[in-house]
Amino acid sequence: MNSLLTIEKLTMQFGGLTALSEFFLELTPGELVGLIGPNGAGKTTVFNMVTGNLTPTGGKIVFDGKDITGHKPHKITAAGIARTFQNIRLFGDLTVFENVMVSFHFQIRSSFFGGVLGLPRYRREAKRAHDTAMHLLEEVRLAELAGEKAGGLAYGQQRRLEVARALATQPKLLLLDEPAAGMNPAETEGLMGLIQRIRRDYQLTVLLIEHDMTFVMGICERLKVLDYGLTIAEGPPEEIQNNERVIQAYLGERRVA
Amino acid sequence: MQDHRIRNELLTLAGAGVLFFLLYLSTQYVSDYQIRLLNNAAIFITLAVTYNLINGITGQFSLEPNAFVAIGAYTSALLTLSPAEKEISFIIEPIIWPLSVIQVPFFWSLVAAGIVTAFFGFLMGFPVFRVRGDYLAIVTLGFGEVVRAVANNLQPITNGPLGLKALHNYTNLWWSWGFATITLLFIGRLVASSYGLAMKAVREDEVAAEAMGVNAFRTKLLAFTTSAFFEGVAGGLLAHLITTISPSLFTFFLTFNLLIIIVAGGLGSTTGAVIGALLFSFGGEWLRVVEEPMTVGSLQIPGIPGMRMVVFSIILIFLMIFARNGIMGRREFSWDWLLGRSRLGRLIQGKGR
Repeated sequence: MNSLLTIEKLTMQFGGLTALSEFFLELTPGELVGLIGPNGAGKTTVFNMVTGNLTPTGGKIVFDGKDITGHKPHKITAAGIARTFQNIRLFGDLTVFENVMVSFHFQIRSSFFGGVLGLPRYRREAKRAHDTAMHLLEEVRLAELAGEKAGGLAYGQQRRLEVARALATQPKLLLLDEPAAGMNPAETEGLMGLIQRIRRDYQLTVLLIEHDMTFVMGICERLKVLDYGLTIAEGPPEEIQNNERVIQAYLGERRVA
Repeated sequence: MQDHRIRNELLTLAGAGVLFFLLYLSTQYVSDYQIRLLNNAAIFITLAVTYNLINGITGQFSLEPNAFVAIGAYTSALLTLSPAEKEISFIIEPIIWPLSVIQVPFFWSLVAAGIVTAFFGFLMGFPVFRVRGDYLAIVTLGFGEVVRAVANNLQPITNGPLGLKALHNYTNLWWSWGFATITLLFIGRLVASSYGLAMKAVREDEVAAEAMGVNAFRTKLLAFTTSAFFEGVAGGLLAHLITTISPSLFTFFLTFNLLIIIVAGGLGSTTGAVIGALLFSFGGEWLRVVEEPMTVGSLQIPGIPGMRMVVFSIILIFLMIFARNGIMGRREFSWDWLLGRSRLGRLIQGKGR
């Protein structure tokens, strides 16, 4: 079928350690899939390979019909994959608005001199970027903080800004690395709503890593479970919840009393 | 937020007008020595502002300006000297062919200096931006030394340690301040554009910038090449201000002084670079007071030569203790800021609404 992302036999070895082995994944457009597993299972490694931060030692990644294995991160972003980071990586000393504007840079077609001299074409492009950025900030309820330094935002706001910044790259596929980490239940609830809304409004496919099980079970249509680099289960949330191996991986072997 | 673009551009134009009127007054009423200081200040503003583009805005700690200034100075000097003058100067080994017959007007020699230096900066960018942080500093420092060593030994082109003498004294206030103004406008607009934003993003977090589609390598290379262009032209201006250049003029000390200027002014602030360059150029003169013989009460202190540098160092130490981010931090001067603070400005804005 027409899949948006196809990952085949993806393997990553760091020296003698196999962080991920023979990982398969197929995403059809519009899906919302969760990647779960205990710490060190290799989830972020998958993300880093898909976004080009790591070059896999084996296997391949096909996005939108093109092989993107081992491409540079900025090329992959331009191809339509955006991400957020597990440990927030905003441009702390730039304003909230500027943080989102950075994502429009690669979309600007004007030349360097067009930009410096402020030629009409550049100004049109900048204006459009400005309006879209403000719209995105409204979407994540940060518009009134547009002029503040990103580093000074509250934790939950920083997470939302990361989402807005990723959206500004106009992606087809959005990778969210523990979006709900450190949030309180109310904030998590809000985030679930936000993700579902942007997914619908921007026709996104979403792949996310999360530890918060209420979040994962509440939002994902399909789950993939990793443990020590191996895929141990996959299927709809209800099935995963009762899967013996998954429970074992998370809670350890059940003792016979 | 109101958009004051047109008002601000008019104000900038007016500001430049005032500056050039003051320069005109200086040419009439000020001593030659002070004119020389003014020229020097303009060249250092150009150098500091463009050096800050790499170190402060793009956040790549590098130590190469002495190399760029040297390349620009030699290029420009070799092009303005007449064939006869070159024949006289090159006594150990004759100058090689195309250079021995070329002579171009000062303006074109500056353009050539900029382009040649930018080209070197561009080529150098490929190897040096494979490394980051401290390593980048070391590699670029090495580049500066290589250029100096080449200048010392490539006799048929640079005349070796003898250097180039008796250059024409072309650089005057109009050239130096004219170019400093162009540099400021160009760099100011660059920093405010999308390209400048990409540079700041690379400074803040390179991994995140890449993830947002910014080609970090290209962005750094762009900052580097731009900086090389302006520093090359400034080198040409410097050569025709002091009229004698030799490899010993372009040691690491030049870079070191520029580093002090941009750190003291505020790393990452163009305004800070300008303030730093002005303080550095004129501060040395103001500090001459401390070298004069003094009488404090009944205590007689004879003038101590070199006391200036001691006081200068102490000032720097205090600056680093009490204002670690420099004079400006990363803040920038803007008309909005100035008018927003003054009563006149509020009045104008009140009317605007």
